[in-house]
Amino acid sequence: MIVTVASGKGGTGKTTVATSLARTLHLEHPFYVDCDVEAANAHLYLNPEMEDSFEFGLPIPEVDPERCTVCGRCAEVCEFHAIVVVGSEVMVFPQLCHGCGSCTLQCPEKAIREIPHPQGILSYGTTREGIRFSNGSLYIGEPMAVPLIRALKDWHVRADETWVIRDSPPGTSCPVVETMAGSDVILLVTEPTPFGLHDLRLAVELARKLSMPVGVVINRDGIGDDGVERFCQREGIPILMRIPLSRRFGEALARGIPLVEADESYHDRFLQLADDLRRLAAEGVRS
Amino acid sequence: MKLVFTAEGESLEAKLDPRFGRCSTFLVVETEDRSFVAETNPAVGASGGAGPQAAQFLGDLGAEAVVSGGFGPNAFRALSAAGVRMYKADAAPIQALLDAFAAGELAEVTQATGPSHRGMR
Repeated sequence: MIVTVASGKGGTGKTTVATSLARTLHLEHPFYVDCDVEAANAHLYLNPEMEDSFEFGLPIPEVDPERCTVCGRCAEVCEFHAIVVVGSEVMVFPQLCHGCGSCTLQCPEKAIREIPHPQGILSYGTTREGIRFSNGSLYIGEPMAVPLIRALKDWHVRADETWVIRDSPPGTSCPVVETMAGSDVILLVTEPTPFGLHDLRLAVELARKLSMPVGVVINRDGIGDDGVERFCQREGIPILMRIPLSRRFGEALARGIPLVEADESYHDRFLQLADDLRRLAAEGVRS
Repeated sequence: MKLVFTAEGESLEAKLDPRFGRCSTFLVVETEDRSFVAETNPAVGASGGAGPQAAQFLGDLGAEAVVSGGFGPNAFRALSAAGVRMYKADAAPIQALLDAFAAGELAEVTQATGPSHRGMR
């Protein structure tokens, strides 16, 4: 069972919700994957002891000028123009390369080999409570998060995990699509403001495009307006939890204390949320 | 010589498009007699790598020089390798820029003029 906690808008409380869900389910040894490789922060709440790391490299083409006949087939098949033929030279632009391997595969002279270009570090560990945990850290200056997320998603993850909780980056662009891909259910955390609603709509649209069932958590409940509420009602999206705006919660989170620890009454509420997610995943997408 | 302008339209009256990789049209002008051909930029809607793709296109056309508002690092690298010289100009009708080029008033670009992806803004 794979749940991705996403949001659209940043700073709505994805990590707050995802870490507390993991803590609540700790007896089932959930696997927590912090997919926000540009700003990982879930480790601050879960405090895993790291025991493994791996430097991920994207395979970048290198052309052997001896064998290359400058036929231009590589440039033709590259969707991202990361390899081009200018004059009698084949040029590679590593920062544009997505590492798909098409050029290598299509080169009739077998003149291309792939050299790993380091993109970031993956880390894996376990928390005191038995939560297994992984995250990634994209190197500064590397423009593409997707290949690193793709590598992270399955690293150390077994085929029969009871729970995989993926903490998504914000937004609805490629890194989020990659994080969602393969999930059984999407949990969207939003805030009840026009801003929150605007991005919630986009995130719902994305999940639907991927044919994934969606549930919503309203964080900072009590502020803003009833736009999110009405949107969910109209679209038939269940609101699975409401977390009021609370100074006490804010202070606890700022000190790295998960919500379920700051207020133990949330333990049962997160158990209920887990049940609801299982049910949504089992129902799938109603057409 | 074969001189290319990044153009907003398909005639010499058109204005210079300040973007290189994402301009709509390349106006390919023969400087001797000012005859020209308008070529659609194949990279205008590229999902990425517009600069290198456009540079490859100009190289294949046999362009000797190109005038635009600026050149990002990827475009600069590819154009240099293709042997296409780069000149920078402010937005003005191509006709006027042709005169300026003939008078040697346009500055040749010897390094990238800005970061990648400027043409997407």
